[in-house]
Amino acid sequence: MSGVATDRSWRTTAARALCSDYFVLWLCVVYVAAVAPFTPGFASLDNATNILATLLPLFVVALGQTLVLIAGGIDLSITSIIGLCSITGAMVMNDETGWLAHSPLAVPAAIAVMLALGGLVGAFNGVAITRFRMPPFIVTLAAMMAFSGLAVWLTQSKAINQLPAAFNALGGRTAIALGIACAAGVGVHVMLSRSLFGRWLYAIGHNARTAHVSGVPVAGVVISAYVCSGVLAALAAILYTGQTETGSPVLGQRILLDVIGATVIGGTSLFGGKGKVLWTLFGVLFLKLVDNSLNLLNLSIFTLTIVKGAVILLAALLDSLRTRLAGSHA
Amino acid sequence: MSTAAAVEFDGIGQSFSGVRVLRGVSFTVGASRTLGLVGENGAGKSTLMNILGGNLRSDTGRMILRGQPYAPAHPTDATRAGIGLIHQELNLFSNLTIAENIFLTSFPRARALPWIDQRTLHARTAALLRDVGLELAPDTLVDRLSAGERQLVEIARALSLDARLIIFDEPTTSLSARETGTLFALLRRLQSQGIALIYISHILDHVRQLCHDLVVLRDGAVVAQGPIETFSTPAIVSAMVGRNLTQLYPTRRGAPATEPALEVRGVSQPHIVCDIRFTLRRGEVLGLSGLMGAGRSELARILFGLDPCSRGEILVSGRPLAGANTRRRIERGLAFLTEDRRHEGLCLEASIADNLALASIRSHARTPLKLIDRTGWQRAISTIREAVRLTAKAEDTQPAQTLSGGNQQKVVLGKWLLASPSVLILDEPTRGVDVGAKFELYQLIMDLADRGSGILVISSEIEELIGVCDRILVMSQGEIRGEFSRPEFSSERLLAAALPRESPA
Ligand SMILES: Nc1ncnc2c1ncn2[C@@H]1O[C@H](COP(=O)(O)OP(=O)(O)OP(=O)(O)O)[C@@H](O)[C@H]1O
Ligand SMILES: [Mg+2]
Repeated sequence: MSGVATDRSWRTTAARALCSDYFVLWLCVVYVAAVAPFTPGFASLDNATNILATLLPLFVVALGQTLVLIAGGIDLSITSIIGLCSITGAMVMNDETGWLAHSPLAVPAAIAVMLALGGLVGAFNGVAITRFRMPPFIVTLAAMMAFSGLAVWLTQSKAINQLPAAFNALGGRTAIALGIACAAGVGVHVMLSRSLFGRWLYAIGHNARTAHVSGVPVAGVVISAYVCSGVLAALAAILYTGQTETGSPVLGQRILLDVIGATVIGGTSLFGGKGKVLWTLFGVLFLKLVDNSLNLLNLSIFTLTIVKGAVILLAALLDSLRTRLAGSHA
Repeated sequence: MSTAAAVEFDGIGQSFSGVRVLRGVSFTVGASRTLGLVGENGAGKSTLMNILGGNLRSDTGRMILRGQPYAPAHPTDATRAGIGLIHQELNLFSNLTIAENIFLTSFPRARALPWIDQRTLHARTAALLRDVGLELAPDTLVDRLSAGERQLVEIARALSLDARLIIFDEPTTSLSARETGTLFALLRRLQSQGIALIYISHILDHVRQLCHDLVVLRDGAVVAQGPIETFSTPAIVSAMVGRNLTQLYPTRRGAPATEPALEVRGVSQPHIVCDIRFTLRRGEVLGLSGLMGAGRSELARILFGLDPCSRGEILVSGRPLAGANTRRRIERGLAFLTEDRRHEGLCLEASIADNLALASIRSHARTPLKLIDRTGWQRAISTIREAVRLTAKAEDTQPAQTLSGGNQQKVVLGKWLLASPSVLILDEPTRGVDVGAKFELYQLIMDLADRGSGILVISSEIEELIGVCDRILVMSQGEIRGEFSRPEFSSERLLAAALPRESPA
């Protein structure tokens, strides 16, 4: 009898921990505590700044992905947006062949063009998905292929250097990048938790039919979500391009799975209706910690991918456990 | 020996996050007996049946099935123990055929081969469909079926399992009168085969017709039980609600005004509705009666802009809608409680508060950033919770799917009341709602009418329309076939008008 009781209370505690907003943060803490003793240079200030610098752009992209996932969609085109924006910005402002080379307007104009381009690709995705009722997976997959191809073709697959120092500072100086990422994070957080748009987005993710019958402008909201995702990917492109000081058509090509993985590890549902900025932040942090520690251990890229895959699988397992517990204890 | 009781509940208790939903429930379903289980919305009927069906494990208590201890860990345990459970909410896969749905877990196989014996599958499904009175091909996609037909497919699935004890959780909520008749004949046949039944319903007449014994649940506890003959209907009602209910329908205080709220002029859509004309006045409760398939819901969907309409004009408060989409129509004061609560009424996984607010949240958004005024929003939510008397047990943050069926309906109604519509269209508003709560819903509807809104009520229960409406229109075959004002109300007349005319074939 008492065995049953303690079993129950243990379960309730476990359920509460699993369902907490900070669950993935605790996971990060546990991971660091477990790995730090064996990993030389992991727990150092240098390494922490290093992690932060690589985390910020990823977080910005993941914010957009969070919005789209909440609406029950998915955006695979983000990597192509990053590449395309990177080279377009570089074409506008580089000091050699740039259209606005050496002009004081070069940097602002380049930024505006990049953000607008990201938004445009997002709008394309959103319109194709809502107006023509095509599945988000296919639309954004096609967009990814088409726009990556376009980026490579435009530059003949050459990188563009000689970017203005003022621009490079945006991504290159971690403090500035931190400011930008925080602003984006807070913006999206307010949007999701406090605004009409956020309420609508969650409702659409839960049940688009009910949302439509209740007067929610479903198409408009979904298109806006993809536009936001595109703009945030462009913002990440600004950070990445600044970090590498190069406009490259293949920039960010490998981060797609990191972005989706991190967002889902954080707890955002692939089925829509569930997701938070804080969750995504912790998901990105966790993924970056794993990435970084494995790098420091000097593992080969193959081992690294295997371990990373295993970690993501584990996180997915915990997530499904969490959903089940939330179902029975809500 | 089959004299052992079909099932015995012994002190079953269940809580959800600290709220006690069942408290020490004990009763017995005799062998080959039919037990009626009644109680208000949220009394715990479905929860108890989920425990019996292996979907939930009770916190305390035990069950004894035909003399053996029984503790299912999984629904398949219940199936193996010969228990068939027909859920209150439909659980079919709409992308599969009827046959695939019925035999999902037990496809007949070709002998010793891993593939499915299509011919047997087809034949057995056809036989089951005949049993439940559905004239449909076994390979029809469930997607194409009406709610009533889906309910019958669920029942056919339970029959396919050769259960010794079958539970019907509100099986008639989406059935037409004819389908209900077929179901009852089927139930009688099951009874004569010695199968024990548990029958849950809010329609006490049905319970009386079918059941041998009765158990009344209130607030998760058994408050009355015994052979059905020992109860009068008022006694059952007062046991359910815990007080005396003298009236089934509230008294209508206000009267319709003369200005029109909604004018429908010659609305037509080929093969669906034909030349519909009527005027709904402000402050009027107008009923729309007819048999299932008469085009009532379809008309409502057209009025709300969910389905297309090829000809005709619709005016709200004197101004034409002229091709406005659903969102615009809501802004113009239209509201529509659809008959499909789960797919079109609620976001099941979203919180109660979010569901209540969905249609009116725009009015709480302050420019320029459209941020939600949370205090105003919270105030609106608690006011409406009180107005629709939503169960106090549930937190605002709880997902809507954890509510009992009747309380879910109150959430949908609350959502539309918050939008303060000038025209409210209700499609089967009291489906699955208990007698006490029905009274409250009618009161809410009448209050809204008294504040000057026009109300259009679609219902298959003629008594209900007679009880609440000022005027009733009867539809049949997509046309309006009769109009009755209060002094002319009688179920015979309404029924006669609803019967389809012989087509001059
Ligand atoms: N998973 C859950 N989490 C929290 N509360 C729940 C959950 N499931 C059921 N409840 C609560 O348990 C109570 C009993 O619900 P139940 O569905 O058994 O009622 P019911 O008697 O079948 O009502 P109805 O006639 O409306 O179908 C309700 O108050 C409901 O809110
Ligand atoms: Mg129920």
